[in-house]
Amino acid sequence: MTIGFALDVAIAVLVAAVACWTILARASFAAVVGFVSFGLLLTLAWVRLYAIDVALTEAAIGSGLTGALLLGAAARLRTNESAAQAERPGMALSVAAALLSVTTTAALAAALLLLPSPAPTLAPAAAANAGATGLGNPVTNVLIAFRAMDTMLEKVVLLLALVGVWSLSSDRFWGGPPSPLRAANTDGPLSFLTRLLTPIGIVVGIYILWEGADNPGGAFQGGTILAAMWLLMIMSGLANAPAVRSRSLRLVLIAGPTVFLLVGLGGLWLGDAFLAYPVAYAKAVILVIEFVMTLTIAATLGLLLAGPPAQEASR
Amino acid sequence: MSATVFGLCGAVTAGLGLYGLITEAPALRKILAFNLLGAGTFLFFGVVARRGAAAGFGGDPVPQALVITGMVVAFAATAMAVALLLRLFNATGATTLDTNATRARNDSSDA
Repeated sequence: MTIGFALDVAIAVLVAAVACWTILARASFAAVVGFVSFGLLLTLAWVRLYAIDVALTEAAIGSGLTGALLLGAAARLRTNESAAQAERPGMALSVAAALLSVTTTAALAAALLLLPSPAPTLAPAAAANAGATGLGNPVTNVLIAFRAMDTMLEKVVLLLALVGVWSLSSDRFWGGPPSPLRAANTDGPLSFLTRLLTPIGIVVGIYILWEGADNPGGAFQGGTILAAMWLLMIMSGLANAPAVRSRSLRLVLIAGPTVFLLVGLGGLWLGDAFLAYPVAYAKAVILVIEFVMTLTIAATLGLLLAGPPAQEASR
Repeated sequence: MSATVFGLCGAVTAGLGLYGLITEAPALRKILAFNLLGAGTFLFFGVVARRGAAAGFGGDPVPQALVITGMVVAFAATAMAVALLLRLFNATGATTLDTNATRARNDSSDA
């Protein structure tokens, strides 16, 4: 217990210190590197909070994909670094911001210490209804069954974000593939690593999706790993970025929300309510939704990271 | 007890993010700070979930699931913000949202 507590304090101090570095670092590139390590340390905090599903998501999306996105942006904006640095805020603004931030931290800490005890919880309700879906992982149950509406709408948000990103392309490139993200030197180590890692990564991604039924894991985490493998192949030149006007690509992108919506409407027609799964086939229905969703998540996350179309569409 | 430690850590992270969001001029640093603010808030959810441990679960699965959804949406918003920033940079050469500075730069490039 005491060793565990000391470990928790050490993790918390490290997380706060790296967050501090992320804000105070002079160079943007260093700040982004700080952010990635912040995410990985935060993953440990999530493990210590008994939230393994969240830890997997933080490592894959919060630290991994967001980190890659911001590293790419920092590299492209490097030329303008000094000019942007020159615009420093005034003393008064800095002091006011510091006061506001300290007040916010204090208010959050006070709220934390004044939380009601015993804490309100929905865990017993989640445990009592777990039999209805045939899944053993309570978090997957909440995501896919008990609060399925959230998950469905989140798929729509991802799609809207992608439409937003694509709409930022210039007219000349519309319909073409995003920038190839290609490394300067695609021969040698990167190509070798990609050939070695991609098959393993695909198996791991599908395994995490499958295991998500009863153990930590699921569609988000598995889909992110598949997206990472896809991006790795594009970066090392072993695959081409797809043209955004490709019909098959767009079918994959809308497959997840569409299947979810159809199942939801089916529940309205055959069952009691929108998104009510037929109890006898609940597990089968959930598996179909999860598999289709994983494909859509992988494609959407990969394309969000790749950015707007930036090459001419081939005729 | 451990949950409280991480809760305080989340409060500090959120405060740091808020500070960075206001004081940093470069838009990329604002996006970074916004993500820190979000991460601190998510950690708070994690503490609430951990305190709700019951029925043999290490934490309340409902806030945990909300955080997973939140992280994916945060990534989508970050991707959108980065795309906007890169478009701004390609169109005007600016990497901050300071309109005066942008106008001055445009005037000098016109001249």
